[in-house]
Amino acid sequence: MIPTQNLNLLPRNKRLAQAAALGLVLALGVGLSAAQAETPAEKGLAIAKEMDRRDLGFQDSRTTLTMTLTNRHGESSTRKLRTTTLEVSDTSVGDKSLTVFNHPRDIKGTAFLSFTKILDPDDQWLYLPAIKRVKRISSANKSGPFVGSEFAYEDLVSFEVGKYTYKWLKNEACGDLKCFVVERTPKYENSGYTKQIVWVDQAEYRVQKVDFYDRKESLLKTLVQSKYKQYLGKYWRPLLMKIENLQTGKATTLQFSEFEFRIGLKEGDFTSSKLKRIR
Amino acid sequence: MNSARFHKPALCLALVAALTLAAGPADADISKGTFDFAGSVATELRIFPGERSYEGQDRSTLSPSIAATPEFVYEWDGGSNRLTFIPFARIDVHDENRSHWDIREAHWLHAADNWDLTAGLGKVFWGVTESRHLVDIINQTDAVENIDGEDKLGQPMVQFNWHTDNGSLGLFVLPGFRERTFADDEARLRGSKPVRGADATYDSSADAKHIDLAARWSHTIDNLDFAISHFHGTSREPTVVEAVRDGKDVFIPHYDQIDQTGLELQLTTGAWLWKMEAMTRSGHGNRFAATAAGLEYTLYQIADSAADLGLLAEYLYDGRGASAPAVASNNDVFVGARLVLNDTADTEILAGAIIDRLAQEIVISIEAAHRLSDHWKAEVEVRWSANVPDSGFFAGAKNDDFVLLRAERFF
Repeated sequence: MIPTQNLNLLPRNKRLAQAAALGLVLALGVGLSAAQAETPAEKGLAIAKEMDRRDLGFQDSRTTLTMTLTNRHGESSTRKLRTTTLEVSDTSVGDKSLTVFNHPRDIKGTAFLSFTKILDPDDQWLYLPAIKRVKRISSANKSGPFVGSEFAYEDLVSFEVGKYTYKWLKNEACGDLKCFVVERTPKYENSGYTKQIVWVDQAEYRVQKVDFYDRKESLLKTLVQSKYKQYLGKYWRPLLMKIENLQTGKATTLQFSEFEFRIGLKEGDFTSSKLKRIR
Repeated sequence: MNSARFHKPALCLALVAALTLAAGPADADISKGTFDFAGSVATELRIFPGERSYEGQDRSTLSPSIAATPEFVYEWDGGSNRLTFIPFARIDVHDENRSHWDIREAHWLHAADNWDLTAGLGKVFWGVTESRHLVDIINQTDAVENIDGEDKLGQPMVQFNWHTDNGSLGLFVLPGFRERTFADDEARLRGSKPVRGADATYDSSADAKHIDLAARWSHTIDNLDFAISHFHGTSREPTVVEAVRDGKDVFIPHYDQIDQTGLELQLTTGAWLWKMEAMTRSGHGNRFAATAAGLEYTLYQIADSAADLGLLAEYLYDGRGASAPAVASNNDVFVGARLVLNDTADTEILAGAIIDRLAQEIVISIEAAHRLSDHWKAEVEVRWSANVPDSGFFAGAKNDDFVLLRAERFF
């Protein structure tokens, strides 16, 4: 029985983000000619930083979700979980998150606590309610499947600008929207991917689609994020995420309930010793 | 069916909890809570391929039983107040003592920002190692349930936890002692002599009513998780005293008053987990020390699959003398492997062997679990031992290697 991480594919890293904001203002001020002088790497990074900047200041959030796993024969099983996320003000590390399973019933009450890092391995603890045991677990397993799904751990942790190098490829239409197409390459160890191609809409900088390329550089999975909803007049969250494994025919969808923001969570709510009183 | 023996302090505790609740703050309206029901029913079949060891012991190879563990939870005030009630009952065809009931949990929890209080019957686990739970001491082992020592009886307690930036401090007042359960004389997995649990004796003049105390401080610094604990009270492990009852040689359990100081450490570095538990205990004759220490290394996505293979090795040392409760692992090595398929059924297999370095005694255990559907789970356990000494308490189970099949329905 193994757990989730952040379930929040959006960015945050404040110092970089502020720099990005400044960069963007300058770019706008100087005009299009200056922007055109950017290299593809600079442009890709600028897009990532802008994505990050737009998610700053959400403080904390809470949601519940249903995960549906489908195999190539169309047989499916579900998981139900709730997750809380805390935005960490220290810019050298990522967010903290707590996930609690409610279904299937044999893993009901199992809780997973994760402190995301930028390049170092995350800190992770698992709580097993039947035996009241809190276990610190290894987080070296970035590319392993999360609870048997097509999502790997690394697909679900909070997005941090510093985790990747970037290259802008082109602009193209994505559905009714116009998208930037950016290639990003994981900088952290033990990634299962050689690269990811990300479609980000130009209007709101939301991830619309991601193609994941495996270690042999062949297309492994495609993630589509949809049903975006805006909260607090600022923060966008997809209420539907669907990932398909093109090599196995398996798929996993995440359907989110409404998100709640700024519910008053603190760092002290995300400690391994408090896992014992979670349910 | 054996009934769980609870003592007056436990009942007093429940009463105190109820009164505290009744007098709770007005804004915490108990009528506006949420009720949750869950739990499971498990059917079990134990298969004993070996011959019985004692005259009068059951000859059956197949030993079925059924157990239920419903869970009732009522929560209010945004989850900061919670009542939990988890009774347990088993009916075993061949072991009268294993046909028993207990209240695993019946408590009130109040969770504040930086502290929480639990009053009632509860369960607490301490420890990090896999092959032995050396430091874990709050709850009595429900030894008829399984010989792995992981099933526990509900312990009357008031538990206070204070959560700070420098770790968490837990303080425990434990009024009322729960006696260890033992297999019936006519059942498998019994001691080498019949155990007369009802005649148990105590060091303390208060007998089972001694109020035990415990404290534990736990903290995480970077990659290191650690805890220091102390327990003062009635030993959960009994010594056994030979006696004659009704013309038969029997064992009478005796519970000493002890002081145990424990240490738990885990260092997490990449795919390596370094673990150690250590304790020193006085009260069974001379003070002694014991440790369980080792490592777990995980190979991820073996052979291009989604499966992970964890390799485990631990060394077990126990320096206790003859006047202390018998222990199976005094100078042993544990090696094991955990295969986690990471499939939708959460299939997991843990296999291990504990090898006594001097006696060459070996105990092999295999546990496998697989989810059959949203509500059903199947489990298989195998215990096999060799070179078990002919004398001592554990000799009673030397022919009792078994395979256990369990189908559990969750609701």
